[in-house]
Amino acid sequence: MSNFLQQVINGLQLGSVYALIALGYTLVYGIIRLINFAHGDVFMVGAYLGFYAILRFHLPFPLALLFAMLGAALLGIIIEKLAYKPLRNAPKIACLITALGVSLFLENFSSLKFVFGPNYLAYPRPFPVVNFNVGNVTISNIQIIVFVVAIVLMVLLQLFVSKTKTGMAMRAVSFDKSTAQLMGINIDYIISITFGIGSALAGAGGVLYGIAYPQINPFMGIMPGLKAFVAAVLGGIGIIPGAMLGAGIMGMVEVLTSAYISSAMRDAIAFLVLLIVLLVKPAGLLGKSSIEKV
Amino acid sequence: MLNLNIKNKISKIKILLCCILLYLLLQVLLSTGIINNYWQQIICYAGIMTISALGLNLIYGFTGQFSLGHAAFFGIGAYTSAFVIKVAHLNNTFYLILGLIAAGILAGLIAFVIGLPILRLRSDYLGIATLGFGIIIKVIFDNADAVLPVLGGSRGMIGIPKLTSFTWVFVLVILGVVILRNLINSAPGRALISVREDEIAAEAVGVNTTKYKTLGFVIGSVYAGVAGGLYAHLYAFLHPSNFDFLKSIDVLLIVVLGGMASISGTIFAAVIWVFILEGLRVVLPEAILDWRLVIYPLLLILIMIFRPSGIFGSREIKFLAYHEEKTK
Repeated sequence: MSNFLQQVINGLQLGSVYALIALGYTLVYGIIRLINFAHGDVFMVGAYLGFYAILRFHLPFPLALLFAMLGAALLGIIIEKLAYKPLRNAPKIACLITALGVSLFLENFSSLKFVFGPNYLAYPRPFPVVNFNVGNVTISNIQIIVFVVAIVLMVLLQLFVSKTKTGMAMRAVSFDKSTAQLMGINIDYIISITFGIGSALAGAGGVLYGIAYPQINPFMGIMPGLKAFVAAVLGGIGIIPGAMLGAGIMGMVEVLTSAYISSAMRDAIAFLVLLIVLLVKPAGLLGKSSIEKV
Repeated sequence: MLNLNIKNKISKIKILLCCILLYLLLQVLLSTGIINNYWQQIICYAGIMTISALGLNLIYGFTGQFSLGHAAFFGIGAYTSAFVIKVAHLNNTFYLILGLIAAGILAGLIAFVIGLPILRLRSDYLGIATLGFGIIIKVIFDNADAVLPVLGGSRGMIGIPKLTSFTWVFVLVILGVVILRNLINSAPGRALISVREDEIAAEAVGVNTTKYKTLGFVIGSVYAGVAGGLYAHLYAFLHPSNFDFLKSIDVLLIVVLGGMASISGTIFAAVIWVFILEGLRVVLPEAILDWRLVIYPLLLILIMIFRPSGIFGSREIKFLAYHEEKTK
């Protein structure tokens, strides 16, 4: 039983990181209906920015996190302006292919020797690891930091989207783009803000991933990116609490499969869960199924 | 009317002659060693990618079903053919046909079983479901040695007879093109296109959309399976990472770059794609060879920004074009 609780905590840790990435996917998809495949690579860049902030600039952890978030946000906004904006009225598939192109570019450009280099790097721990024993369960200070940062960011995002005027504009654009435009909302500005926020969350996710699973390389974003996207679909894409729920489930399924079935099967089981959910409830767990009108 | 028929026949013969001439030209260049073995392998690979991409073009371009799991069917074909040929010791290039038939049948069967439930999903959701399927299949390849040690699992499968020749690839590409062209110009082909154009309207005029979506998906996957079989016997080594998510993306790129629902575009893009990736390897100096994979996505982004509907759009060269029935 204590082993099970321990695995649940590990699952929540992975799920928190997935949630931070999934939120970016869900925000962007909600607004421009684009699967932003480059998002996983923004997560990777965030992890590297944190790495350099800690190792080279000797910033304390909170500042390093902030640095990575700002850098990732800037990268997200630049990507949107350069690659996606010219395609606003192009067929959807052209945007998707461009997103894939951006993703491949970020991965391979980062692998160049004068950028991040192709090798695995050990992530620096900004503070010593301390383990706390609660009953039979061990929880480390790193896990606590991952939970706290993830939860604080998610609460802030929820407040931003539901309470501020910009957040209201974001919801309006995702509900109906052309009507929102008629109401005087500057669509381009809202899209930039959305990319910025989503990318900042991914950047934070990257740093947390780095300190929790201390090894990074330029291709580290592919799998977490895909899984986070799947998590967003699982919970109902475009819905913020859905992304958190889906990410929690994905993290949990993955960790519990590794612990009790076989770690080789963990990706298969995670995606099997996705297939089953899609077949039973195509709009996702929290999504409302829309009625098709002719 | 009669005149038109004769004209059609003459143009068909011309096309046939062109194909034979192209084949003879390449064959002469190959046998005299002007094109070396390395480039022969690349030409064959371009042909294989063409077949696989034609399959995806049928699924996505013509039928409108978004698939991100095409490499899974390619892989199923590759492992099936390699398994059949290796286990039955059919070490003769003629027996390759048996491996390819097995590859096509198994890929088609699995596509049927998986397609029936998931083809109910629409656009992006279907893409995600097929992506999930592709990843599950890759995990199965990774662990296949637990059941069938000969498949090698994550260590890769070795010792596959090298049976794929230029002739095999050339003949199958031509066959694939002709079959696809005739399918598109037939009644079922029009049903497939109607599903892409508007599923609800198609249903309303009596097209059984589930049937035709599944048909398109199965035939497209058979193409992928056969291409996979050729691939297995070209390189004689299979590894699960040859069939991962990124490989599905490669095929999708070819289809979109060439132009959706354009057979000529797919052929053109597949050949260009293989030759640009390999060509950059030759052209670029050693020092900036790493840049090859940086230049390629940049090209991709630029093409999409300046030609969002692909190089050919949905145009066709004349022979492959969709013919309106001229009955008067």
